[in-house]
Formats: sequence, C-alpha cells, structure tokens
Amino acid sequence: MSNKPGSYRIPPVIQTPQHWMTAAGFAALAYMILVALHLVPANGWVLASTLLVLSLSIAGFAWLGHARRLPGIHHDGIWFSSLSSRGLVAWLAAALLTFFYCLLYWKGEWLGLRTEGNVGLVGLFDPLSHWLKGHPASQWFVYGVLYTLAILAFGFKFILKYRHNRYQVLRTLSTMFFQLAFAFLLPEFFMRMNLPYNDLKNMWPLNYYFFDAWNIDSLLAAGGAGKFFLVFGILMVLAISPTLCFFFGKRWYCSWVCGCGGLAETAGDPFRHLSSKSTRAWHIEQWLLYPILLFSLVMTAGVLYSYFSGQAQLMGISTASLRAWYGFAVGAAFSGIVGVGFYPLLGSRVWCRFGCPMAALLGIQQKFFSRFRITTNGGQCISCGNCSSYCEMGIDVRAYAQRGQSVVRASCVGCGICAAVCPRGVLRLENGPRLNRESSSPLASSIHNSSFNHPQGA
Amino acid sequence: MPRTVIIGNGVAGISCARKLRQLAVEESISVISSESEYFFSRTALMYVYMGHMRWQDLEPYERQSWPQQGIECILARVAKIDFDERTLMLDNGQKMGYDRLILATGSVPNRFGWPGEELRGVTGFYSKQDLEHIELLTPGIRRAVIVGGGLIGIELAEMFHSRNIPVTMLVREQQYWSSVLPVEEAQMISAHIRNKGIDLRLGVELKELEGDDDSRVCAVHTPEGDRIECNFVGLTAGVRPNIDWLKGGPLETDRGILVDSLLRTNIPGIYAIGDCAQLRKPSEGRKPVEAVWYSGRKMGECLALNLAGRETPYDPGIWFNSAKFFDIEHQVYGSILPTPSPGTNSILWNHPASDRSIRIVYDTATGCLTGINLMGVRFRHEVCDKWLREKTQVEHVLSNIRLAFFDPEFFPDFAPPLLEAYSKKTGRQLRLHSPDKLSDVLRFLRS
Repeated sequence: MSNKPGSYRIPPVIQTPQHWMTAAGFAALAYMILVALHLVPANGWVLASTLLVLSLSIAGFAWLGHARRLPGIHHDGIWFSSLSSRGLVAWLAAALLTFFYCLLYWKGEWLGLRTEGNVGLVGLFDPLSHWLKGHPASQWFVYGVLYTLAILAFGFKFILKYRHNRYQVLRTLSTMFFQLAFAFLLPEFFMRMNLPYNDLKNMWPLNYYFFDAWNIDSLLAAGGAGKFFLVFGILMVLAISPTLCFFFGKRWYCSWVCGCGGLAETAGDPFRHLSSKSTRAWHIEQWLLYPILLFSLVMTAGVLYSYFSGQAQLMGISTASLRAWYGFAVGAAFSGIVGVGFYPLLGSRVWCRFGCPMAALLGIQQKFFSRFRITTNGGQCISCGNCSSYCEMGIDVRAYAQRGQSVVRASCVGCGICAAVCPRGVLRLENGPRLNRESSSPLASSIHNSSFNHPQGA
Repeated sequence: MPRTVIIGNGVAGISCARKLRQLAVEESISVISSESEYFFSRTALMYVYMGHMRWQDLEPYERQSWPQQGIECILARVAKIDFDERTLMLDNGQKMGYDRLILATGSVPNRFGWPGEELRGVTGFYSKQDLEHIELLTPGIRRAVIVGGGLIGIELAEMFHSRNIPVTMLVREQQYWSSVLPVEEAQMISAHIRNKGIDLRLGVELKELEGDDDSRVCAVHTPEGDRIECNFVGLTAGVRPNIDWLKGGPLETDRGILVDSLLRTNIPGIYAIGDCAQLRKPSEGRKPVEAVWYSGRKMGECLALNLAGRETPYDPGIWFNSAKFFDIEHQVYGSILPTPSPGTNSILWNHPASDRSIRIVYDTATGCLTGINLMGVRFRHEVCDKWLREKTQVEHVLSNIRLAFFDPEFFPDFAPPLLEAYSKKTGRQLRLHSPDKLSDVLRFLRS
C-alpha cells in the first residue's frame, strides 16, 4: 500500500445529495400542510406523490448517509446535533408533534374530518381509504398511514445503520412486518369483509378498549371470525404472551412486534440516548408505571362488571366515567401526546417506560418468570457507558456490566442496542436456565456478590 | 478510626476505595485527584469528543453516591508527601494526615525529546485536561498528525475522523500495532485504518516538529525528508508511570513504584496500585508494569482485601484484554505474541468477506491451548478462562468451540470454517460438538 500523502479524503458527514433529500421530504410535508390549510387542491395523485416523495426522501437520505460508510456504530455527533441533544430544533419538533397529536385526538375537524365529506388533510387520504376498504378516511386512517410509513422508512434506515448486526436487522424487519400487515392492512381488510376492525397483535391491556361493551358486542355479532378474535385476544394475554415471555423475555413483544415499540425503535432511534438514567427517573418510573397498570386493571374490571351485571356503578363509581378518564389520561394524553410528541425531549420510549400497562405486565413476567437475561462477559467491561447511554429504557446497564452481573430487569425490552454499541463485546441477550440468573462473574470481582450500592432494583 | 488516603481516582484507586468501604465500614476513606473530582471512565474519553456521550455519562456512579458511601472526593494536587510525619501537602495549602497511603497516580504520555515537542498544538491524550485541550485546539486543525501506532493513537485518529479532520498517522513498525499483534491481524487493522480514509504511514518515524511564528506546530518532518503540514500533533508513543514527582525520595522506584505481591512499597503503610506500580516479581509471562484498565481494577480490589486484613497476594489470573480499532472489535485471552514463540502452533481463520478472524494458539508438544486472539468476533470470557486455566487440549477446545461464542443471536456460526482451518493445517478431522445453548455453557462452567 502506498505511503504517499494526499490519496486519502474523508467525506463530510452530510453530503449535498442528502440535503436535496431533506429538501424533497420537507417539500412533501409542506404540501400536505398546504392541503390541510385548504390552500391547494387535493386528489389521489397528490396523495400518492407526496407519500412517495416523503418515503423516498427518508430512504434516500439514509442510503446516501449509511451505504458509503463502513458497517459499524454510527453515533458521531449525536450530542452535537440540535435535534438529538434537546436543542432548539428538538423543542420545535416536539412542539409540532405534540400539536399534531392534540389535533388528532381532540380536533379531528381541524384536520378536515367531515361527516358530509372530508376536506383538508383527511380529505387528501380519502382516495387511499376508499381503495383499501371502501369507506372515506378518518383522522385515524391518516395517522395509521403516516405511522406505518414512518416505521417502514425509518426502519429501512435502521437496517442500513445496523446492517452488520443480524439481530437488529431481523428484529426491525419483524416490527416493519407487524406494523404493515397486522396493524395497518389486516384490520382494513377485516372491515372490507364486514368484520370488526381488529389488530390481532394489539392485546389488552395496551388495547384498553378490548373489553369495552361495544367491542365485545361487535365481536360477538361478527360470527365465527369475531368469536375467534375475542378468544384469541383473551388467549394472547393469558397464555400465548406469558409463554413467549417465559422463553424469550418481553422483547418478543416490545421490540419485535408492538407498534409503539416499532415506532420508538425506528423513527425514535435518534432519541434513544435522551432517556434519563438517574435514580430519580427510576423512582418516577415505579410510581407511574405500576399505578397505571393497577388503574387499567380496575378500569377493565369495572367495565366488565357493568357489562355482565348491567349496573352502571361499581362501589359508587361510574365505570363509564372510569373508562373515559383512562382513555383521556392514559390512552390519549400519555401514550399518544407525551409518548410520541416528547420523543425529542425525553427519549423514544417514554410511554413504554413510564406508562404502558402491557410493558408493566410483561415486565413482571420477565423479572420473575422468564429465561431471558443480558449476560455480562466476565471481566471485560471498561465502564465506558455506551450501553447505559443508548439504553432507551433508562437502565444503567453499566452498573451491572462493570460488576460482571447479568442484567435481569423488568423494564428491559431486549432491543439489543446495549450489546451492539459495546466496544468490547461485553453484553449478550440470552435465554437459558433460570437458576442463578442474576449471578455475577467471578472474573469481574468489582464489588460483586453484594447488595452494596445495588443499582436500581426491580 | 484509621484514615486511608488514596492519591488518584482512576479505576485502580476507586476500585480500592469502593471495595475497602464494602469490607471496612468504619474506615475513613479519602480520594484525591487533580484531574477531576469524580471517578470517570478514562477509556471512554474519546466518546465525549466524538459526541457519542456527554462528560457526565462517563461517570459510572452518580455523584450523590460518594457521600452516601462515605468516600471523600478531594479535587487537589498533592504537592508533597511527608513520609515521616505521615502528612500530605496539597497545592491549595491544606495539610492532610494519613494512616495508610495508596499511590494510584496512573501514567503520563511518553515523550522522547523530539525537537519542537513543546510547541503549541502538540499534546498527548491521556487526561480530562488533554481532552479539553484538544477540544480547544480543534477549530484550528486542518490536518492532524499522530505519532505512534498504539491504542491511544488510533483513538485519536478515530476522534478526528469523526470531526472530518484529515489525519496522518506515523507508525514506526511495519504494521499498525505489530509490536503486539501477529502480523495478519496487524495487517487487517492497517488496511481498515486506510479504508477509513486515514493517511497511515508505516515504517515512518518522527524526526522533528516545525513551528510557525506563533510557536504553534505547523508541520512535522520524517527522517526520509518528508514534510507534512499539520496544525496538531498527537504524541501517542505509549505511556509510563506517573512518578517523576516521587523520585529522589525515600520511596523505592524503578520504572514504576516498586511493590511486592501484597502491593506494599518499601515504606510501611504506603502502597501502590495500577499503572504507576511495578511488581518486583511479576507472575510468569506478565510484565512488571501493566498499564491496563483490568489490571488496575484487579490491583485496587486486591489491595482493599489486604487492607481489610484478608491477606491476598496479587494474582493477575489468565491474561485478557480488549480493544476496538475503529469498527473492529478485538479480544485476547491467554498469550498471543507478535511472532509465535517456538514450540507453539497457531490456527488462523479469516472471514472471507469481512474483517473477522479467530486465532487459536497451542503448545505443539502437549497440544494444550495457550492463547486466543479475536478480531471482529466475541468470545465468552469465562469459557476461555477455564480452558486456559485447565490447559485444555486444543482439539477439545475446537470441538466445543461453540461454547465460547458470544456474538449476538443470529450471528453466523464460525465453528465449521475454523475446524476446516485446523484440518487444513494438521490434516486431522475433528467432530464438531453442537452444544451452544446457554444451558450447555453453564453446565460446562460448573463442571
């Protein structure tokens, strides 16, 4: 090889063609906003081209950025970019996202939802909705399309970014598949076949309306398929999910199947390091997550009591208003608005970490009835902190790794990024015998075998 | 209440302090550092510069944990030690008594008296202050020259690469780190460095540094007469124990502070651990000074046991180390030499399409495993350690090689090609045992 100078050039981080992609993406978004403001006309061609430009610009940006780099960990400058370090751009993005979510939940008519014929943004999506299911669109259809598109386009980017890591590639393909097929297409086809709208993988208690009277009635009224949906939904939470969780940990759901997880892992990837690892954050987590699980259990019990007994009140409390409060506070405000709107400020798994009752339930199973753990590789940890930094769930992975202890935590969603970013090959996601699952390696004597300054417990 | 004072809050000093607190609840423990008030991971300094992490992310323990533990953290420089009075003089004028003193002062970058090495823009890369200094210099750097083909040199190269600053690396050896790695592995890394766009010059030394009118470095010269324009020079030709300030006193020193197997110096009540310590009698095959994270941690904990009254000679155990060269991870277990020692044989498997290799070294006469060197492949420390400790037959190791795999799930199985490499070399066909489940691994480790 030559020792001559000048034959080496380092390309800049973002090249001009990537700026074109950014421009194209923003142009498509701007056009949608103009449509939403009724300033330009909308039709199927406009919809098709804006969606196409939007997805292609994301994919193109990712391709131009990652394909020319050697496979590896690409986190250069994460804490320098305004968007990914809670700078001005992050606050603007959070404000816009939050505003969009508020409209979505509470002001559908501002987005153009009309009973007499949609206009604006919802109207823009009518052609696709008609083509898929033969009905006009709703704001939730708009949301579903954009959500799926985000998982697919940013999933493509994530796969490029982690193309050297087969676990990440397969996991991402899985979330992309479940979003596209199970969350988006199948329910629309069910409706086309005059069956109830049903996302088979969206199980109770994440799907908090599953035991609502209207849902049970519509499932029961829908013949064999409806009854299958009902039985499958109950089996999911009582049998299928605990079994899978026993063998593989809660990751089978949270980072391979779930739609919330899917968005967090793809579109939310640039924000994963923003989750707080402090003990204080861990206390907040405990005091939000488990009470919300309890709230969802009580609410569901109340709703079912009313369904079977015909009584509107349980111990003097209206079960309908309990259900309404849950829908408002947990369903809309927390999971939607805070959950996604605050990605750029609090990290991508705010909802999964602090609010999701499904994650709480799976977490208890993972902590006490599962073969899953993250093994620490003997004494190889150098305490660098990459694992903790990039843990979207705010687990201080390093606290375990530097003592050689396996990580067994209720909150771990098994995304595997800690193991991917570790520069010394210290972490491995594994399933195995439950005996001594939380033991420490004798090769990392660092403060092991002791409850002394135990890192955050559960 | 005995008072233990530790000078230096690196991994050796802090491991000692924390382990000692665990064992001796009553002990008064103070840690003095002039570098930073709180312990941080030195190995991760580069990630702050590259924007992967913030400074606070480098601190492995929350700041509130130190008072909770009763470990006093003092930000000051020790100006002088009065060994007779058992007193430290700090640079802030404070005096501090001690009953036991632990020296964990770490290393300083080597300098070889190159003409111009005192110019502005010339620095080593070791401390928090070095990082801050380099950050300050960065806006003016159009090309950086790095002198030295070791672990810190490649870190610096990666750092500048992340900021799109062109880098020239001058490496004295014929391949990057070929003083430590076998030539094939060293070649792999050299090629990878060049793939990254680094101007790597092998077999080239530094002759002198040239300054501009502002006495900031503006070029370096090589013995061959090449002049390389640059605005920064990183001197990364190794480190040496940080003990200059202790020399000439009653403390016995050589390259480092001389300690026995219980980590005691020649003065009662004074101990030395980590990079600055030099073992009078190192274990077989080990160096008297090991400036390695893992050795520092181990020494710190070993000393804590001794201080708490549990006499424990320092035993470094089976050698292991790890590193990352840009995107190539590296692990080593046991003894791997740049040129194979006589009487050993080695099997090398190279992945045909990526920067991955596995090298298994064994004693030709006895067939015992002696070392494992990995590039881009992760092995399980405990399994390798057990094989090496028990001097396992290489054929047994190869047949059960899957027990050692530690790459993430779904990664390709390197066992068949590795066995093929063995049979190509020796003509012997081995049968591959299939245990690769965690339960098999745990059963093996318990056996």
